Amino acid sequence: MTARLLPASEDPIAPDAPTPLTITVDGVLATGVAGQTLAGVILASGSLAWRRTSASGKPRGVFCGIGVCFDCVVEVNGHRDVRACLRRATDGDVVVSQHDLLPKPYEQSEQSEQARQPLRTEQAPQHEQSDEQTQSDARGDND
Amino acid sequence: MTDVVIIGAGPAGLAAATSARALGAHVVLLDSADQLGGQYWRHLPTQRPSKHEAGLHHGWAKFQKLCADLVADPDCRILTQAQVWAITAAESSAGTGPASTGSATTGSACTGSAGTDPATTGASARNSAGSAASTTSAVPTVHVLVGEPDGVGRERLSFSPDAIVLANGAHDRALPFPGWDLPGVFTAGAAQALAKSERIAVGDRVLVAGAGPFLLPVAASLAQVGATVLGVLEANHMQRIISGWGKKPWQLIGAASKGAELAGYARNHIANRIPYLTGRGVVAAHGTERVTHVTTAKLDTGWAPIAGTEKTVAVDAVCIGHGFTPRLELAIAAGCALTAERFVRVDAHQRTTVPGVYAAGELTAIGGVDAALVEGTIAGHAAAGGHLSDPAMKSQVAKRITFSGFARRIEKAHGIRAMWPGWLTDDTIICRCEEVNYGAMCQTAQATESTGLRSLKLSTRAGLGLCQGRVCGRTVEELLACQTPGGLSDGVMTDRRPIAAPVRIADLAAAALPASPGRNSPQTASPSKPSRPTT
Repeated sequence: MTARLLPASEDPIAPDAPTPLTITVDGVLATGVAGQTLAGVILASGSLAWRRTSASGKPRGVFCGIGVCFDCVVEVNGHRDVRACLRRATDGDVVVSQHDLLPKPYEQSEQSEQARQPLRTEQAPQHEQSDEQTQSDARGDND
Repeated sequence: MTDVVIIGAGPAGLAAATSARALGAHVVLLDSADQLGGQYWRHLPTQRPSKHEAGLHHGWAKFQKLCADLVADPDCRILTQAQVWAITAAESSAGTGPASTGSATTGSACTGSAGTDPATTGASARNSAGSAASTTSAVPTVHVLVGEPDGVGRERLSFSPDAIVLANGAHDRALPFPGWDLPGVFTAGAAQALAKSERIAVGDRVLVAGAGPFLLPVAASLAQVGATVLGVLEANHMQRIISGWGKKPWQLIGAASKGAELAGYARNHIANRIPYLTGRGVVAAHGTERVTHVTTAKLDTGWAPIAGTEKTVAVDAVCIGHGFTPRLELAIAAGCALTAERFVRVDAHQRTTVPGVYAAGELTAIGGVDAALVEGTIAGHAAAGGHLSDPAMKSQVAKRITFSGFARRIEKAHGIRAMWPGWLTDDTIICRCEEVNYGAMCQTAQATESTGLRSLKLSTRAGLGLCQGRVCGRTVEELLACQTPGGLSDGVMTDRRPIAAPVRIADLAAAALPASPGRNSPQTASPSKPSRPTT
């Protein structure tokens, strides 16, 4: 199982009846109680991870729980990069998970392909070789 | 009247505010959270009242008293959801302009001047504290964003007080191991925060591992919210723990019992059901989309895993903590010198090396709540112009001596040992944000033959991600130092973060470029963009 919200009826600190709230996470309803953080609501709704890393696409959710690690960032009501562990949930919040891809190298972007078309055609065949050349040049300089 | 700004409303900050007010200072108390108490007294929100919340906390009555007195005090201005994002050294020229009053400053101690920040603040923009003496002060300026965490359009304030007390605490240190980036692996602090302030158990079958007395209250909190705690693994051997605590092992019991005291009804449960194993640690976590198993192993006294002692344990959550890292960025930005152990250097008055800047609590050493309360009390008193010889400080000075030894004992008994990288594999992630693994990091360091941390961070990308090295910084420094003969040479620290918290570009720009009609006209050519053919 994943994380679980202790039901008020089982809690020895004898809480008052909590006020329920509902948010959506990627369009799916998740219920929690007033005062919870977004991370708390999502965790207790059965998700352990809601972000994919940029380089290898690995799943991430809460790690530090106190705003230090930034693993839990989400888009909330249209605003990106909100640490879910710090933001209190509000009834009706629209949460969208963030999977930020790495930026494409400049040469691969559509705009630069248009802009640099002649240059690429000229240099493309020697591209790899010239990279190696640059590296060995740099090494030579250091020696 | 002395104006004192206190950053952080945990035990140290609350104590500092109280004693500064006792001397009549005007106080502004800032905290990034929306409630007082810091991580130590992190508690349920007002929307979730309960009859017996005191049972979850140690010193709850003390906390309630500190809060009630400060909240009722018109000369203590409390700002919650107030994120300090920069501290800038004082301008050499004195601010002589009239006080620029920000919004919502009625009854405040200091005047927060809205909309000033490092980008726009000149001497004239700094608010005068209203007395001739304060205009010659060299105390740094504190820049704050007030509003929802990571929110848009937060209110900007800045303060140029007569004194600053830094009490912004520490966060968990978690050493990396294979699989520590899997969902279901949490810091011990995360498990504690979710249990205490949300009543969430991070898992059903949970293992707690790492080092230090803090693991025990975490296990207690987990048990209280219904998790089955399979065990607490302390990496250090009992012999070292005993020798570290010396002739007063009761002090360890005292620290440990803070966990059990969180609730009397949990104490028997903790004592009877949760195994406490020393000289053992979690050396790997397994799973694909989430943790399903961990490997534990016996560790030698240097924390190197001992081959052949591995055990596999099925879990659905692991909580890791290897001590704490002080949040030093604000102190460094203010210009405060650090100790060799990388805490803020303070004297007996809690004065840092920067005039008018004081530090208290976990910033100065990881000494626990009692040390934080004493240090905060002394810092607030000194910041408000008091002296240690004042009668009110007599008992505090004695307590400070007792509790400063406490931090040393914790470090001696539970501090991280050098051989822990023995459990790393080449594909173990070191920097979670940039996804830099151990093998690639070492290879890059060897290939570049660089001995400077700055260039190694750039070439390996370790510590450059979203968290700005808060999670991995010290680990990266240690591992890279092993790759460079003679250690790192440039004296750079991962703790230096001039922008101390994330700020939205729009918020920065809004102040740096005051809105003026036509300024952002789409026709205006931007010199930074390359022009290109429009065919």
